[in-house]
Amino acid sequence: MMVSIRELRVGFGPVEAVKGVTFDIPEHATVALVGESGSGKSVSALSIMRLLPPNARAGGRVLYRGMDLLTASKKQMRNLRGSEISMVFQEPMSSLNPVFSVGFQVAEALREHRGLARRAARERTLELLQEVGLADPAAKLGRYPFQLSGGEQQRAMIAMAIACEPQLLIADEPTSALDVTVQKQILELLAELKRRRRMSMLFITHDLSLAGSIADEVVVMRAGEIREQGSAKQVFAAPRDDYTRMLLDLRPRLDRPRRPRKRRDDEILLEARGLRKRFDGVEAVKGASFRVLKGKTLGLVGESGSGKTTLGLLVARLHEASGGELRLQGEDAFRVPRLAFKRRLQVVFQNPYASLNPRFSIGQTLTEPMRIHGLGGGEAERRGLAIELLAKVGLTADALFKYPHEFSGGQRQRIAIARALTLRPDLLVCDEAVSALDVSIQAQLLNLLQDLQDEYAMSYLFISHDLAVVKYMADEVMVMKDGEIVEMAGADEIYAEPKHPYTRALLASIPR
Amino acid sequence: MSLWLLAWQRFLRDRVGIASAIVVVVFIAIAAASAAGWVARDWGKEVGVSYAPPRFVKPNPAEQKAGLAGPSDVSRNDYGIRDPLAPELAEIRAGLAGASPTEKRATSLAFGADKWGRDVLQKAVKGTETSLVVGLASAALAAFLGTLFGAFAGYRGGWVDDFFNWLYSVFTAIPYLLLVLAIAAVLGQKGVSTVILILGLTGWTGIFRLVRAEYLKHKVREYVLAADSIGASDARRMFAHILPNVSHVVLVQLSLHVVLFIKSEVILSFLGFGVGIDTVSWGSMLAEAPSELILGMWWQITAATIAMALAVTAFSLFTDSVRDALDPRLE
Repeated sequence: MMVSIRELRVGFGPVEAVKGVTFDIPEHATVALVGESGSGKSVSALSIMRLLPPNARAGGRVLYRGMDLLTASKKQMRNLRGSEISMVFQEPMSSLNPVFSVGFQVAEALREHRGLARRAARERTLELLQEVGLADPAAKLGRYPFQLSGGEQQRAMIAMAIACEPQLLIADEPTSALDVTVQKQILELLAELKRRRRMSMLFITHDLSLAGSIADEVVVMRAGEIREQGSAKQVFAAPRDDYTRMLLDLRPRLDRPRRPRKRRDDEILLEARGLRKRFDGVEAVKGASFRVLKGKTLGLVGESGSGKTTLGLLVARLHEASGGELRLQGEDAFRVPRLAFKRRLQVVFQNPYASLNPRFSIGQTLTEPMRIHGLGGGEAERRGLAIELLAKVGLTADALFKYPHEFSGGQRQRIAIARALTLRPDLLVCDEAVSALDVSIQAQLLNLLQDLQDEYAMSYLFISHDLAVVKYMADEVMVMKDGEIVEMAGADEIYAEPKHPYTRALLASIPR
Repeated sequence: MSLWLLAWQRFLRDRVGIASAIVVVVFIAIAAASAAGWVARDWGKEVGVSYAPPRFVKPNPAEQKAGLAGPSDVSRNDYGIRDPLAPELAEIRAGLAGASPTEKRATSLAFGADKWGRDVLQKAVKGTETSLVVGLASAALAAFLGTLFGAFAGYRGGWVDDFFNWLYSVFTAIPYLLLVLAIAAVLGQKGVSTVILILGLTGWTGIFRLVRAEYLKHKVREYVLAADSIGASDARRMFAHILPNVSHVVLVQLSLHVVLFIKSEVILSFLGFGVGIDTVSWGSMLAEAPSELILGMWWQITAATIAMALAVTAFSLFTDSVRDALDPRLE
């Protein structure tokens, strides 16, 4: 065994984040640590590197080739970090130092740990950048992080991590900030490097299917405890634990059938023709035309920078369109008075932690739209309506007097949905409405959205980077790339017979 | 539980904060009592002999004599010319001797007296009122202007932002004292309200810059976008949604500027651009000090210094604690 973790406990103040975790990382193997937020997976990994924040207490043993890392001296740890054990983090943009060039940062690790001279370090850096598959590595040496794309940054981070030929590579959600197509490339790169350099890898992820595609062994964690561990094959084929089974069932899959829904006549609610948006000379949306049918869901899929969010904001009139036409039930939507328009079209945003005003109680948040639009007779009636809506989204009336920070992410998104419903809109724009949430919460919210759609006969414009989620929700799907809609078809057809090469590439990138 | 309540709970755990808050409250109470006329109403009355020493100091007989020395009748050589005002002068002298006999003045006071025999302790109390009123009112004015300008500049952007940035540059480009003198010249008369206006009108720049940056940051946050999507007006987004989220910055700046302006008032009054002679402040007390120190009369400067040091230190510590309570990430 390369690393043996025995009864690891980590606590922060009164909170115990990791409650006695035991697992091994064998030589030349990949172990995936899977769990939702708060499961203690990242804390466990950080305690191997002993990079826990100063207020943490760690107990138990972390043995690396017989040496207990929890009690090793600072000097021993410094020698280990980077040269024997190294780490790749989630956000490449914030892990790279923005004021130094990529070449300098990779070379720094070499000079520090290997004592290479400037020239030798430069040559070795060039080889490394080549090895991690950066195109034109010589030119990339002098580039600064902001000049690279997310995928290129993550490749540079990996180059830095493998610079000193580590025995163990810890990858903490290395692809969750990246697009699916890039994610696939990075995963392939990591698997390839691990094989070629005969390393072990600890791969931390919230995504069980991702773990399945890369790991030999899987450890499933929840609330600081291990729920199941075993070979990847066994965990996927015959999960023993209820929680693992639930995660497997809930993970959005392309082959999951859509829920049957009430059919409505195909009345056009919203129609866009040649919608365009230009920011300082950059065309973010290049002429989008589509229609949303009454009571139906139009899915919008695209990677970061595709312009899908901008398109959503254009439709909601939160951005002013540079050109094109938008019709709401035949009327020119850009001419409808602002308040009247907002009543008919509401938005649910991506990040439930940012979309609620932290200084407003939930009661204030929910009654404010009604007050602005003069709905409900008085404050008491508005409060009654708010309580009704809270019940609809599965929250109790005592939430009215609480503040956003007292709720979990999933609960906050429920509140955001309730706020959008206060105006009884015809169309709800959901901009990555479930992307920030754990899979179990995601599934609940998707079902809630569908129930609400049936109840209120709302239409949805459902924007997401996640093809599986869109497939589950949408009647029709459009795929967006570089500001253009490249393909639009019924949900079943587009997944069965994708026509555009980009759609095919997207579908092929999904981990299964 | 609201964020304000959480901040209050954090503040209650901060011992230094509580202690400094108590001192600040005591100072404000003294100033309020003085403003209401309950204490130090007669600060201008000449109750003691000139430079009467504090009671806890042993009187120096030589000084006492010097202090008591009344108008002497030294006969002068008039070179044979008769003083035409002699009868009037004699009359005035006689009247003065009857109305305010020097014998009735106290020879020592609790914390001594100034040149005209006014009680230094009372002056210090009255000075507290002046200095705190100037500090609080001018900080409030500066914070109001800075927040308003910053909110508009940051939220609106475009030419509004350009205009306020230009104004900011103009105000910060002119040397401070020159600007203060110019405004003092325009406003004409000396007095507490003039000093408040001078400090408030020149002091908003720092707050403006911070509030503008906060608005720039917050206006693109999702909760503001969400407020837009439910139909909240610009004014509502600026002041009902964003302002409560940046108000901790304003509050901390407000309390920092109170300290700053108390010190500025002292400097202004010391230089003679501050409050008029009919008012007393810590600054005007210090302004009298140089000539007194030469004579060894240290009590006035001591009283003003102690009062000022206590108030400023307490306010500064209070500000630190408020900042820690409102923004726990800084700890």
